[in-house]
Formats: sequence, structure tokens, C-alpha cells
Amino acid sequence: MALERDDDPKLADYAHPERLVTTEWLSRHLDEPDLVVVESDEDVLLYDTGHIPGSVKVDWHTELNDPVTRDYVDGARFAELLGERGIGRDTTVVIYGDKNNWWAAYALWVFSLFGHSDVRLLDGGRAKWVAEGRPMTTDVPSRPRVEYPVVERDDSVIRAFKDDVLAHLGKPLVDVRSPGEYSGELLHMPDYPQEGAVRGGHIPGAASVPWARAAAEDATFKSRAELEKIYEGEAGLSRNDEVVAYCRIGERSSHTWFVLTHLLGYGKVRNYDGSWTEWGNTVRVPIVTGTEAGKAEAGKAEPAKAP
Amino acid sequence: MTALPPRLEELVEDFSAVGPKDRLQLLLELSGELPALPARLAGSRDFMEQVHECQSPLFLAVEVSDDARVQLYFDAPLEAPTTRGFAGILHTGLDGEPAQAVLDVPDDFYVRLGLGEAVSPLRLRGMAAMLARIKRNVRERTA
Repeated sequence: MALERDDDPKLADYAHPERLVTTEWLSRHLDEPDLVVVESDEDVLLYDTGHIPGSVKVDWHTELNDPVTRDYVDGARFAELLGERGIGRDTTVVIYGDKNNWWAAYALWVFSLFGHSDVRLLDGGRAKWVAEGRPMTTDVPSRPRVEYPVVERDDSVIRAFKDDVLAHLGKPLVDVRSPGEYSGELLHMPDYPQEGAVRGGHIPGAASVPWARAAAEDATFKSRAELEKIYEGEAGLSRNDEVVAYCRIGERSSHTWFVLTHLLGYGKVRNYDGSWTEWGNTVRVPIVTGTEAGKAEAGKAEPAKAP
Repeated sequence: MTALPPRLEELVEDFSAVGPKDRLQLLLELSGELPALPARLAGSRDFMEQVHECQSPLFLAVEVSDDARVQLYFDAPLEAPTTRGFAGILHTGLDGEPAQAVLDVPDDFYVRLGLGEAVSPLRLRGMAAMLARIKRNVRERTA
């Protein structure tokens, strides 16, 4: 049974308020048997230094990714993981994490690929919970294992692959990396191999909206009006657009996917998880350098052919 | 193959003797044992350099004493235990060692820690960067 939604007035403004809970709501519901709180951080050890009482850890890198192929785990492994953490198909899952919920949003997006219906983010994440002096513990809960069904992952709706992006050129794209990564200049700095790509720049036509602009000082999401100003006023997106978001490996862009889909109510947003580490290393895909979005040739379905 | 400094060798053996979960536990302990900055360095990040390849901000200062021994100082937030753990490995293993012994540490020694599986190879890149910067500093100070 899904838990009641958080009727906090700030959340009510968002398109899908049922996808967020406040720290206040979570502290009142921590003991509910149908709720499992999941911490998902960039830092693989952070949970172990202290976490919200009763919460379990899901590590994005070692548990949600396939250990061999560059892909997410399959239905069987996902079922094994969730069942082992005491999460059933009908369990309400609230995910929180460090760095403005960056990795928490990534975990939520992967849960969504498997169609887990009631998965929410803690607005403000770990930072807000800690800042408010709410309880933390190093006790790791032992939740009884439950049966989670093996569900096939659906990559067709919210995930984009490289060929999808090539076919999408000319339609709205959002590059959520830092300005230096967007323009391509970061690759030219000495000693900083942070991209792992042989070319710097962005996908033609992509608007630059660094992901963390969606977060307020206290790590909560900005209000709907502020978000509309950024994504619609500045980046020129609109609600009925088909949008593809990308970053370096798809983590920061799942945060933006969450904002566009659940907070602003866009119905056709996909996350390109191959992102720059794939695009910037791919032979003959079009790239734009500098601060201008650049033009994309609409409907160009594949890279330029050899002369 | 060059032998590692004794305390670093001991750490490598500790890590490789246990499974992935216990390796994480060891890393967490090392993260807790990383000493705080001495008063003369605390609050003066100008004298320290940032290791940008780490996921979280890590500041590093390297000193070489008159008898050519290396002193290492690290500063990383408590919210970054993995980065602190990497720093803890290097501090425990290399602090006080002769400059030449530090320069002789193979750049890929951390592969032997077996953390790739527990932490993921992507996260280990920060460790390689820290060692590279330590060596560069030692070279500059002993040139």
C-alpha cells in the first residue's frame, strides 16, 4: 500500500507533488512498515558514517550498474537487490543522498526504468536532514528479505541511446554539465583528465543549464516559478517538447530529468546516459565548441558518411 | 618490482587478505584515522593544493625535511569519507618515509588494494591523482 502523499504547500505547486517528500513528512513516517528509505550517495562510504534511522544503502556504481557491460542491471539483478533490501513492488521508496540529491535522482531514474511505481525523493536530501539536526545512526537495519518480481527494464520511454540522439538532433537538448565542459575548454587544461573524452564541446543545439541551478541554497528544489524561469524563460523549453538531457555519464542529467518530468510536468523527457563519455569519444558525430548552442541538422539520423 | 615502503606494503596486504565488504570497512577506518591539519596549516588552504580529480575537495600539502623525509598533510571534509580513506592510505603508508622511497612507489600500486570491485574503478582515479601530486611535490622539493 502506497503511503499518503506529502501535502506540504511548497510541494503542491509542482506538477507531480507525490514525487517529493519533506524532511518533516519523512520524520513522521519513518516507522511505517510500507516505507523503505534508501540512501544513495556519490561517496560509497557516506552511508556508513551515519544515515537516517532505518534507511538502507543502494550504491549507484556497484549495485545499479552491470559489472561488465556498460548498462544498468537487468530485471533479475534488480529484483535480487530490492528484495534483499526489503523492498517489495508496492513499497513506497523515499530516496535521499548527498550533493543536492544528485545520485539519489539517478537511483530514482533507474528505479523508474523498472517501473517501480511509488518512488520519491526527499526534498533537500541528506544535507537538509543533517542541517535540521534530525537523528542519524550507524546501525544498519536488518530488513526481512521480500520477493520482488523480475520485471524487464523498459528503456524505450525515459532513456535515450546515441542513435536516438542522432535522430533527435534539431529538437530540444539540455546539456547539464558545467559551462567549461559545455564549451569544451575544460579538456584543454593541463593535468585534468576529468572528462575521459577525446573531444570537448557539446551536442549541436543543446542549451546549457548546469544541473545544480535547480537546487536552492538549502539543497531543496527551487520553487516551480523559479524553475520555469530557468528552463522555459532562459533555455526556451516548453512543456510539450520532446527533450533529451545529458551530462558526462547520465547522473547529473537524471536530476534534470526529474525536474522537467516530475516538477514541471513535461511528458517526453529522456535521459541520455551515454552522455559525453560516449558522444565525445564517438567517431564522426557532430560537435559544437564554444558557448553558442550551434545549429543541428534536423532529422540527421547518422553521422556523416565518408566522402 | 620495487618493494613498497613497509607500512604501505602492510596496508596492501591487509586489504588483499579480506573480501570487498571488509575492504570498505578498512577504508572507512582509515578515513576516521586521518589526522587533522596542524594548527599552522589549518585555515590556510593557500599553502595547499587541491586535487581536482577527487570527487570531493581534497587539499594536500607536502613537506620534505632536512633529512629528506616526506611529511604529508591532507584536508578533506567529513562528508567525503572515501576521499579521506584514500588520503588515509597514503598518510599511513608514506608519511615520514624517505623522499626516494615515496618516488619509487609504483603509480599503480593501488590496484593491489583490490578496491576496484568495492569502490568502482571510476572512484579510484582520485587515488592515482593524489599519489602523482605527492610525487611531483617531492620532486620539486628535492630537486
